[in-house]
Amino acid sequence: MAELPQAVRGFWVTFATMFKKVVTEQYPEDSHKYPTQPRFHGRHQLNRWADGLEKCVGCELCAWACPADAILVEGASNTDEERFSPGERYGRVYQINYARCIFCGLCIEACPTRALTMTNAFELAEDNRASLIYEKQDLLAPLLAGMQLPPHDMVPGTTEQDYYANRVKGPAAVEGEVQS
Amino acid sequence: MGLEESLPSGVLLTTVEKVAGYARKGSLWPATFGLACCAIEMMAVGGPRFDIARFGMEVFRASPRQADLMIVAGRVSQKMAPVLRQIYDQMPNPKWVLAMGVCSSSGGMFNNYAIVQGVDHVVPVDIYLPGCPPRPEMLIDAILKLHDDIQNTKLGANRRAQMRELEAEALIAPATQEMRGLLR
Repeated sequence: MAELPQAVRGFWVTFATMFKKVVTEQYPEDSHKYPTQPRFHGRHQLNRWADGLEKCVGCELCAWACPADAILVEGASNTDEERFSPGERYGRVYQINYARCIFCGLCIEACPTRALTMTNAFELAEDNRASLIYEKQDLLAPLLAGMQLPPHDMVPGTTEQDYYANRVKGPAAVEGEVQS
Repeated sequence: MGLEESLPSGVLLTTVEKVAGYARKGSLWPATFGLACCAIEMMAVGGPRFDIARFGMEVFRASPRQADLMIVAGRVSQKMAPVLRQIYDQMPNPKWVLAMGVCSSSGGMFNNYAIVQGVDHVVPVDIYLPGCPPRPEMLIDAILKLHDDIQNTKLGANRRAQMRELEAEALIAPATQEMRGLLR
């Protein structure tokens, strides 16, 4: 190769590159081929217990942990007529400002009930700032099979301790001992 | 721009709009405006793995006279704001601004006196991209959403009517400084 003229050596590089693997990710078309890592920090999600009650207790620890002041929580008290979460309190207002959120995950670490987790969704671009503020209904997890839309009562014969110990497995089924 | 007015309204006008939108979105040249860590992700988008050349945007113009899109990547300090505005003013029409990352969208975690709380205080922003920094896929997603906007841009008299409408809306909308809660 050393005796060949420079131009031929240059074109040889070009020619040999044709047989190399293409590294380009065709993102919008083949996005399913390049998933994020499972623990990717994406859009938040407010989780539910197995019977559909919300896990958020409105303690504002996520808002206190947030270094960018992106979270606004206003708690309110549950009543027997209108119950959104087991226990005393629930998050009445829950807003996350994605124009401020830096996806650091400190809110997830602060959450005492695992109510707040992060999904892998990342396509969040918007053309105005107002729609970058996600309200509670945008963040709540979808109702899975067996879940009922709050407000509704706790599973009969359970206390909030059964919920926090994860003994409530569905609308009426409770595993193990039940403190009546 | 006199052509649209002399033609009868209808099919041809919409077709001209579509062709112009297609041409504009097909070679949207960005101006380099990397200010902080987001610029690293913007460079990754220009590289072979994400390859923004697939959308005809691989030439990052160092001269604003040849650029159509300003990707503001990173936090804008108060001292940088006049420079940002001058570069925006030097770009020829039509031009677009993409606020990349939370710092340029709203100030992000830098809620202090040194950082402009969102570049929309200085220039009109067409699309906001959250993330700190956004991964390259997020930037491509934002660019494609902007392409959709550009494709549906109106021309001539329709554009002027749309601008008047937007202007009237903007005049009654509260200023960003007057907004309260998380919007501010």
